[in-house]
Amino acid sequence: MNQPADTSRVTSAKIVIAGGFGVGKTTLVGSVSEITPLTTEAIMTSASEGVDDNNLVPDKATTTVAMDFGRITIDQDLILYLFGTPGQTRFWFMWDELVRGAIGAIVLVDTRRLADCFSVIDFFEHRKLPYLVAVNCFDGERLHDLQDIRDALQVSPDVPLLYTDARNRESTKQTLIKLVEYVLSMRRTRTVGVG
Amino acid sequence: MVLGGDEPTGSLVRPYAVTRGRTRPQLEIALEALVETTARGRSGQFLGGREQKVIVDLCGGGRLQSLAEIAARMEVPLGVARVLVADMAADGLLAVHEPTGFGDDAADETVGTELLERVLSGLRRL
Ligand SMILES: Nc1nc2c(ncn2[C@@H]2O[C@H](COP(=O)(O)OP(=O)(O)OP(=O)(O)O)[C@@H](O)[C@H]2O)c(=O)[nH]1
Ligand SMILES: [Mg+2]
Repeated sequence: MNQPADTSRVTSAKIVIAGGFGVGKTTLVGSVSEITPLTTEAIMTSASEGVDDNNLVPDKATTTVAMDFGRITIDQDLILYLFGTPGQTRFWFMWDELVRGAIGAIVLVDTRRLADCFSVIDFFEHRKLPYLVAVNCFDGERLHDLQDIRDALQVSPDVPLLYTDARNRESTKQTLIKLVEYVLSMRRTRTVGVG
Repeated sequence: MVLGGDEPTGSLVRPYAVTRGRTRPQLEIALEALVETTARGRSGQFLGGREQKVIVDLCGGGRLQSLAEIAARMEVPLGVARVLVADMAADGLLAVHEPTGFGDDAADETVGTELLERVLSGLRRL
């Protein structure tokens, strides 16, 4: 069949797209994805810890958390996935799985609702996941000085902070590039420090 | 804890029945792990039901699919897809390519850096 001859080297990577409710996460994923963003759901059952499998019955209190994602074929052996986080940040259980092994995260912010991303930033800092902050300019307006935004968010000067347009493929591409460059530069610094 | 054995919403299959009440996958398969149908899976002789056929077809066309894509395309919760894939991998019907990962627990720093450089040049080519 038409399988690649040797798939032993095949691997994948992921980048997390986070931010408050309605900030443009799905739009950003869709702007560069080669597939229409897909949605997958995870179901959380309350009081699930330590419950015997046989006791799991469908009428327990459950919460469904949806997240959407897109796909970029980097080359034949490497697929990059972009995972948008669930809008409601209280479902942190899903985030563990999202950030595990991720390259890093893009935190999308809307300057009209800056506070929406505070908990997200706290989470990434706690998990030591590299992130950058991308200000989604709704209606193309760059109303604020980036330094003011940085001060308001209280993120360290190393964290890249930039304007983006989630609807624009080129803009999203540049934001992704910036994140990967940042992660690479952090690694180099670390290696130099250790060596 | 993510559990998948509960009532699905408008899905192709009834997950609780499909996984026979088991909700703990044998392997921890990452969301982005790529799944590939093996020759044994393609032969079609060893398949146990419609869901297995769907997965074998999805991941057998030379275009590998992640666990997340399988769940989304089958319209089943992630936990259910994970159990199905883990079972089929255990039966040799699927091969699962786990990601290298980039966190502190990543296996090899050099491998991670090389992979990042490939991602970067791939993004620049887009
Ligand atoms: N004008 C403008 N509208 C945008 C921009 N980005 C997103 N939108 C719109 O804002 C709305 C929300 O965007 P989504 O991409 O669905 O946001 P989201 O973060 O995925 O939302 P949730 O998943 O519900 O949290 C949509 O109607 C988008 O079309 C932008 O850069 N400019
Ligand atoms: Mg969304």
